[in-house]
Amino acid sequence: MNGVVFDIKRYAIHDGPGIRTTVFFKGCPLRCSWCQNPESQDTSVEISMQPNRCIRCGACLDVCPNTTDRHPSGEPVVDRSVCTRCGACVEVCPSGARSLAGKRMSVSQLTEVVDRDELFYDESGGGVTFSGGEPLMQPEFLIACLAACKSRGHHTALDTCGYAPLDTMLAAAAQTDLFLYDLKLMDDGRHKDLVGVSNEIILENLRELDRLGARIWIRFPLIPGFNDDNENMEATADFVRSLKGPPPIHLLPYHRIGSDKYGRFAVPYTIEDIRSPTRLRVSQIAGRLAEQGLDVRIGG
Amino acid sequence: MTERVKLLRARSLEAIERISAERAEQITRFYIENHGKHSAPIMRALAFKHLCEHKTIHIGPDELIVGERGPKPKATPTYPELTCHSLQDLRTLNDREKTAYAVSPDVLRIYEEQVIPYWTGRSLRDRVFQGLSPRWHEAYSAGIYTEFMEQRAPGHTVADGKMYRKGMRDFQRDIDEAIALLDFHADPDCYNKREQLRAMHIAAEAAIIFARRHADLATDMAAKESDPARRGELEQIAATCLRVPAEAPRDFREALQMYWFCHLGVITELNGWDAFNPGHLDHHLIPFYIRGLEDGTLTRESAKELLECWWIKFNNHPAPPKVGVTAAESGTYTDFANINIGGLTRTGEDAVNDVSYLLLEIIDEMHTLQPSTNVQVSRMTPNRFVQAAGRVIRLGYGFPSVFNADAVVEELLRQGKRIEDAREGGTSGCVETGAFGKEAYILTGYFNLVKLLELALNNGVDPRTGAQLGPATGDPRQFATFEDLFHAWQRQVRHFVDIKIAGNQIIDRMYAANAPAPFLSLLIDDCIANGRDYNDGGARYNTSYIQGVGIGSLTDSFAAIKQHVFDAKTTTISELLDALASDFDGHEKMRQVLLNKSPKYGNDDDAADDLMRACFDVFFDAVDGRPTAKGGTYHIDMLPTTCHVYFGSVTGAMPDGRKAATPLSEGISPVQGADRLGPTAVFKSAGKMDHVKTGGTLLNQKFTPQVLEGDDGIEKLTHLIRTYFRMGGHHVQFNVIDAEALHTAQQKPDEHRNLIVRVAGYSDYFVDVGRALQDEIISRTEHGAAS
Repeated sequence: MNGVVFDIKRYAIHDGPGIRTTVFFKGCPLRCSWCQNPESQDTSVEISMQPNRCIRCGACLDVCPNTTDRHPSGEPVVDRSVCTRCGACVEVCPSGARSLAGKRMSVSQLTEVVDRDELFYDESGGGVTFSGGEPLMQPEFLIACLAACKSRGHHTALDTCGYAPLDTMLAAAAQTDLFLYDLKLMDDGRHKDLVGVSNEIILENLRELDRLGARIWIRFPLIPGFNDDNENMEATADFVRSLKGPPPIHLLPYHRIGSDKYGRFAVPYTIEDIRSPTRLRVSQIAGRLAEQGLDVRIGG
Repeated sequence: MTERVKLLRARSLEAIERISAERAEQITRFYIENHGKHSAPIMRALAFKHLCEHKTIHIGPDELIVGERGPKPKATPTYPELTCHSLQDLRTLNDREKTAYAVSPDVLRIYEEQVIPYWTGRSLRDRVFQGLSPRWHEAYSAGIYTEFMEQRAPGHTVADGKMYRKGMRDFQRDIDEAIALLDFHADPDCYNKREQLRAMHIAAEAAIIFARRHADLATDMAAKESDPARRGELEQIAATCLRVPAEAPRDFREALQMYWFCHLGVITELNGWDAFNPGHLDHHLIPFYIRGLEDGTLTRESAKELLECWWIKFNNHPAPPKVGVTAAESGTYTDFANINIGGLTRTGEDAVNDVSYLLLEIIDEMHTLQPSTNVQVSRMTPNRFVQAAGRVIRLGYGFPSVFNADAVVEELLRQGKRIEDAREGGTSGCVETGAFGKEAYILTGYFNLVKLLELALNNGVDPRTGAQLGPATGDPRQFATFEDLFHAWQRQVRHFVDIKIAGNQIIDRMYAANAPAPFLSLLIDDCIANGRDYNDGGARYNTSYIQGVGIGSLTDSFAAIKQHVFDAKTTTISELLDALASDFDGHEKMRQVLLNKSPKYGNDDDAADDLMRACFDVFFDAVDGRPTAKGGTYHIDMLPTTCHVYFGSVTGAMPDGRKAATPLSEGISPVQGADRLGPTAVFKSAGKMDHVKTGGTLLNQKFTPQVLEGDDGIEKLTHLIRTYFRMGGHHVQFNVIDAEALHTAQQKPDEHRNLIVRVAGYSDYFVDVGRALQDEIISRTEHGAAS
């Protein structure tokens, strides 16, 4: 069983309890306009190019079976209209300017990496987190990975946007110790506009998981000007309060970490003017949610 | 912090480091007058007594704990009998940009007229250099190793608890008994033993005289003091100095003053490495602390004030400055007294107590350059203590560093110590393991493991000079396998370890014969019982360490050669050698491949880490278990202090992509920037080293402050530390700072004088370390956490 993974981060300390390894699956059904991980959106392998690391040696041009254009500056660019993503240029690039975003991995290759930090999980109460992209876009692979990790005794967390068929969600839930469940916008119209899909399935899945007693942490990415208005915050609070528990809610303030990534994939970056929320603003919102009886945390 | 402590702290920070010629002048006169009259131990003891009788005594305003090595705070004496500064050295110390010591015209005059004429050719340094072979000198000049004892006496010594139970009068009674037991008929060594024991007796007396002079001065000052409160304090100082060190201390204040007089005795007698060290201070002070609280003579606040007054004394004592090239190139004011907090008791229980927490508070409040501090974490250490330490670490002063107390015990047991002595042991200097109060464990020199690969790649020739420095281990162009190359390196290692050890044996005997340390010998078991000096194998345990440097650079170089030349065969050894010879000029593409497409130590990658283990084993096998010239044993350490910068400066381009003359990897840390998978992978790689076979390893981790934010950040730091220790790691230290702050400090040093960074086993002012080291600290990988 194989899947496409675009990154594995060890010493992940904001993706669930303890010290964790977070596995990022490639491919996402959503197109959030503030997305920080352009490489996570497409399910297939892509070529990433970091011009500042290029030493202009031309090795990529020599091996490219199609054509790789040379930019006026002397740096080879990826001509994505003809690129077949074969990866030959990545193989020969000496400086690491070219890399493959996304790697096809088997379950056992993946668990081999996850197992490496077992002692850290053991000491800290950590484990493995599957994130993305949207892990549920690769359901069979995900469930096989979750099962393999569970059988090794690792605590499993699933970081999901919730947009998946219910039966897939429930199948994953059987192998998942903790859901990190994203809520972005409660108004369905705005959700469609800014995220690209309806939130109906997302909310329905969350209610069902909650009803079945799944352990859930709500994650709320705080994007100034997009979803931090009072109306959305109140609606979100109302919804979360309606759940059993209710689950804690984690505010994830937006950071401009992904802006330079877009260039690497030649994806237009459309939200140059979003600023990170101020600390004051974040704590105001956190305070308001807490007043409504919610367990609020800032950061993952 | 009380007003008094604020004042004392400010005065200590503002005091200017200067050279005092008083000791040099007094010792020179004493040697001129007494030359030839006494055996070496008696001569040393009488010289020490002479200093105690005549040196200027200083009691500063507001002080509660008294005594200075020099005539006043930061006035730093010299030790011309060991190493005699030239006028040029003194001018260099005065003029150098970093860590200068002011030198007055008077000092220059005294040196020119009295000190230099007498000691030239007589100082131990001059004689040591004469006694060593040309081969030793060649390798030394080429930067294969350094030599610790060319400028300072054997040191790294740590006190145990005996000085809190016994005074100098008790030691003198022990000495008298030992002399009475000497059997001149049966033991041919009796004369030497009696001379040594008599010397110790004199040294004990000298310390009592030294304290009594402080009592007299305090009494005089009290008589003239108009402020009744201060008068009372001076009277109490006088009473304390009459009691200790002659007799054992009875309360918290006397205990602190007792240690401080012993400390001053050790660092006045000789300029031993790493000054002196109270070791497990919290263990030693807790009985006095509890008793004081119970009988109402002490409160937590008054104990803290006394400790802080004592703390400042360390900061008043910069390291004795160097001579020659090291005077120009290296420098730190730190003298490496490294207080141990936590750890285990003699009987194997957790030793964390109320004083441990008090000490953590003091580190936080004082954050002075000296003393250094560390926490000893065992399986039994409560998380609350590790977290309390973590909160101090997070502040970014570079203190305290963190040690695995269980690994330290295991290391000491492997070396053959008794279990109780091992548990009472700990770490000193940077990371060195020792049985406190019972062992002479001497660092003898850093050893450039990377330079030896350069030699192996050049058939024993040093490309820097063209000289045939090492054995001709073969032209690598003819090597059929990777093992051939590895074997050639192994032969180079053995060859130069042999030269280094041969030199050490000579130096050991020269110190034993010419520089006994009778005062220090009082404090280290079993020098009295054995009738032998600390510098002559008198201690219960005697260890000499050779410290391996550059294991990360070495591993990555081997890994790159194995991968590209022998396994994948993407390049030939000739192409590689050409690229190295030209410092990669015109070979940038190859350099990028070496940097980016080779296995690297620090990424939990066995392709590299297995080579690290193989390299470690070669060095270990070459050194460990060999006998020293004073009845001890050689072992290895893996630490560089700042020597990876110097060793890098003499080492050409290497197959890991490192350019010529740039720093090597430090300690057992990965090559700067080579670790790309975060701290858990670094710990996993480092954990594959067999730490128990060393006497200390040094791992540096740099964190940006945000990684450690909140209780959660501290908890995760604790988990990281404890997991590394479960894997057998010996030590880890954390720099908590962001690179931007360091760049700013580099550009505007005047505005960032107080910025303390962890360098390598110790902390220093960032603006005081050299530019190359500053750059290196900046480039150490910053571990951002994934999120």
